Amino acid sequence: MLGWGVDRLRADMSRLLAILFHQGVLDEQFLQLQQLQDESSPNFVSEVVNIYFHESEKLFTKSQGPTCKTDGYCDCRLDREFSDYKKMGIHLNQFMGSSSSIGANRVRNVCVAFRAASEQNNRAGCLRALELLEHEYCYLKNKLHELFQMEQQRVLAAGARYPLQQQQQQQH
Amino acid sequence: MGSNSVVSNRRMPEKMNCFDLSPNSNSDSEAEEVHVLAVDDSLVDRKVIERLLKISSCKVTAVDSGWRALKLLGLLDDEEEDKSSSSSSDGFEGLKVDLIITDYWMPGMTGYELLKKIKESSSFREIPVVIMSSENVMTRIDRCLEEGAEEFIVKPVKLSDVTRLRDYYMATREIRSAESGINVNKRKLQESFDVSTASSSPSSSSASPPPLFSSPAPCSPSSLDSPTRRPKMTSLDHILI
Repeated sequence: MLGWGVDRLRADMSRLLAILFHQGVLDEQFLQLQQLQDESSPNFVSEVVNIYFHESEKLFTKSQGPTCKTDGYCDCRLDREFSDYKKMGIHLNQFMGSSSSIGANRVRNVCVAFRAASEQNNRAGCLRALELLEHEYCYLKNKLHELFQMEQQRVLAAGARYPLQQQQQQQH
Repeated sequence: MGSNSVVSNRRMPEKMNCFDLSPNSNSDSEAEEVHVLAVDDSLVDRKVIERLLKISSCKVTAVDSGWRALKLLGLLDDEEEDKSSSSSSDGFEGLKVDLIITDYWMPGMTGYELLKKIKESSSFREIPVVIMSSENVMTRIDRCLEEGAEEFIVKPVKLSDVTRLRDYYMATREIRSAESGINVNKRKLQESFDVSTASSSPSSSSASPPPLFSSPAPCSPSSLDSPTRRPKMTSLDHILI
């Protein structure tokens, strides 16, 4: 029973990841992060990704503007004032950089478009890019949370299934 | 080592026979680990570079700004060469690092400005500096290489980039030990010596450790056949909308 759960979780995770890669939501940099995760740093990917979400929230102000409604999980509002393009540009650069560092490919691409629009002081373009950015960001956040939840469940299930193995590992 | 000895032999032929004569260089050759100072204002990137370095068996110190980096090195307090250079190799308060890797675009002090400050200091200019940037801007890359950066890596940084850097550093470590030994012992000839060993000029390839790849002029990117200095050239094309 439990064994079947672990295997199914693993299959579900693989499937989700495959979809995300196929959609271009994630790129090979995410794989690179996974390679950096091991026994000495077993939660590396989720730690970095959570830092990314936390840091990115600073870009989003709880001011006016619609929230994205994907599963009701994400609650971000982006500043629509655009009064200070230069400041926005700085934030965008940082967001773009960290997005590429975790392999958030589509988010980064929208940032590039957003930046191009802001450099031209193109308000309409910025608004459009902002909408896209919210959408992509929320989608990414939801999917990655889903992934990490599955991972947690898998670890728990694996622990229940192989208590002896876990013990032996700890003894090392 | 071959290319470096051209300069060294003229000055100190006897010294070249034994690299470990200088007690000062032992402090980092004792520890087999390469100690890297990573500078990046992005917390995400700091975490990633830290992990990349640790997994590559490097010791890491990660800071969030150029100012903090300079402070750690002890470069901010020491005004000029006389005070710092005489004590730099004998163990002063600053952190001893083997390699500095810094983001280019940071608020306050950019990676380029940090690079300049390091290369302007006689006690720190020997430390190799690598610049990282999420953007592949040719003029920016040229500027950094001309100022003496060892390498310019386009982000995101991969494990292969880090292991390559570490291997390069380890391979050229002996040369650096010899150089620092020479710098300490030949104070009088420092001026002319420094001109020939400073790795910031394009023609200095004979005096500095061999670049990562066999291109003779590390500061003229157009002549490089190394793909890694321009890893994202083609992939950026499809990103730009």
